[in-house]
Amino acid sequence: MSTTTAGGFVPAEMKHGSLRRERRWAMIGAYVALAVFVVFFMTPPFHMLVTSLKGSAEIADLSGNPWLVSAPTLQNYWELLTQGNYLLHFRNSIIVTTCTVLISMVVSTLAAFALARMKFWGSATLATGVFLTYLVPETLLFIPMFQIVGSLGLYNNMWAMVLIFPTLTVPFCTWIMIGYFASIPKELDEAALIDGAGHLQMLWKIFIPVALPGILAAMIFAFTVSWAAFIYPIAFLVSSDQMVLTVGIVSDLIRADTFQWGKIMAGALMAALPPLLVYAFLMDYYIAGLTAGATKG
Amino acid sequence: MSDATLSAVPRPHEAAPRSALQRIARRNSTIAFLLTLPLILLILGLVVYPFLYAIYLSMLNRRMTRFIGIENFTFLLSRETFWDVVFQSVLFAVSAVLLKALIGFILAHVLHALPAKGQRKWRGMLLVPWVIPPAISTLAWWWLFDPSYSAFNWALAGIGADPVPWLGATGWARFSVILVNVWYGSPFFMIMYLAALKSVPDQLYEAASIDGANGWQKLRHVTFPMMRNIISITVLFSLIVTFANFDIVRILTNGGPQDSTHVFATYAFQVGIQSGDIPLGASVSLFMFPLLAVFAVFTLRGVNKRTKEMA
Repeated sequence: MSTTTAGGFVPAEMKHGSLRRERRWAMIGAYVALAVFVVFFMTPPFHMLVTSLKGSAEIADLSGNPWLVSAPTLQNYWELLTQGNYLLHFRNSIIVTTCTVLISMVVSTLAAFALARMKFWGSATLATGVFLTYLVPETLLFIPMFQIVGSLGLYNNMWAMVLIFPTLTVPFCTWIMIGYFASIPKELDEAALIDGAGHLQMLWKIFIPVALPGILAAMIFAFTVSWAAFIYPIAFLVSSDQMVLTVGIVSDLIRADTFQWGKIMAGALMAALPPLLVYAFLMDYYIAGLTAGATKG
Repeated sequence: MSDATLSAVPRPHEAAPRSALQRIARRNSTIAFLLTLPLILLILGLVVYPFLYAIYLSMLNRRMTRFIGIENFTFLLSRETFWDVVFQSVLFAVSAVLLKALIGFILAHVLHALPAKGQRKWRGMLLVPWVIPPAISTLAWWWLFDPSYSAFNWALAGIGADPVPWLGATGWARFSVILVNVWYGSPFFMIMYLAALKSVPDQLYEAASIDGANGWQKLRHVTFPMMRNIISITVLFSLIVTFANFDIVRILTNGGPQDSTHVFATYAFQVGIQSGDIPLGASVSLFMFPLLAVFAVFTLRGVNKRTKEMA
């Protein structure tokens, strides 16, 4: 730019050429920056994959290249799926996550409907309270929760997770669904009321179908949070048969000083797969759900 | 999308215009209460009650047999380890959030400049760290930082550099936990800023170009003011979750070496759960509360302000 503006008599074509050249350099710069960050961001998952494909002899061999695999094998995956408790942890994760998602969706859909459409005493305060609750991190409450879970007799019981995880998901799900419900035109309510529909019918027949993208986004959020939850499982679950994936992998595959890195990486990769698949197929809902109102990051 | 939902604060004075609707709304306030009852019970029973219970717990002695007032808090304040935890938590949260915000800002701009077709593909790849549960991806980092098998050290040896004690020396361990947090959190900033960038009207940039603004001036006088609110919301929010982070430090270092990487959450876990001093652990995590409350209030203010702007 500076060269063209400095000389007053530069022909128009050259000016354009220089602008284009400058833009091309900017583009190249952009792609270089992107490539650097993609490498940075993809290094751990890539190394995870490489390690998971190695046999234990190859991992232990210090002379080999840790970034490449010379004799790929699926042995780690096979052993995880046929021996030990990995499948049990996977099943526990699925049970806990499914229940959490269902509970979260029921509680938050009902509440969001009431908060978005019916004015009642304290409804505005409650909406603010919901948002503030969302900002309470679980690390603030896990110690009293430890006592509460213990007194309920649910210590070392994966159903305690089903009881507690909704505290992580419901506030935010309610919050984003209030937004989606509030954006539905009031004329639809009136039409439904004129046709003699009750409130629950209105919710079921109009709000849920119309706000489906929002509900999907909230579901994905609940799924992601409950699949990734770590502090409650590690504090409350001690026996392997009750554990979920996030804690099960570490506790089962590390015995004293023996780290079975190949299996740990294979297990971690398979545990990361469900969120990755959801993300791959529903990226737009995923982003909508997790960015709405700001989220964990 | 995020803008639509960010503005989701219910508006109390926007009651239904039709009197029929109002009447029905009044008649049905009981229904409304019943619909929100599960939510209210959840918040009261599993958030408010545990919080109050934590305050009560923090004032008991170790065996929870005697009320000792604020002794736990004064004990912590007299311990050097606790001050290390305070220092490390602040260092961890502030430097990680600044780096995440900076990287997110750069990436959002770079992505925004790409043609729409390629943008999606790049965005998809750049979001991967944020999609993998941190407790899982940190395992990969842990293996990358392994004292004898570190793949980073292997690469460093290739260029003739000395091996780095990633998790073994205080300074490097602090660096490593921050690095992993930045790796995990930057995509979130990127996607938030990208959404905000897309909502800046093109006309503003055109007008700035006509006025002869250069790239930096456009950034300074158009992009920044338009994004200020979303930047502050994102930063405050991230300060909360980074300050209260547990997964990364717990897996990578578990507070070591010599308690130098402990943050509030991992220290509370060690004291309260692993050493069995529940009241002291509760006091440690309660120390987080004042700072978190301040951040939360400002976040809420930002969100409300944004709602008013959007309305």
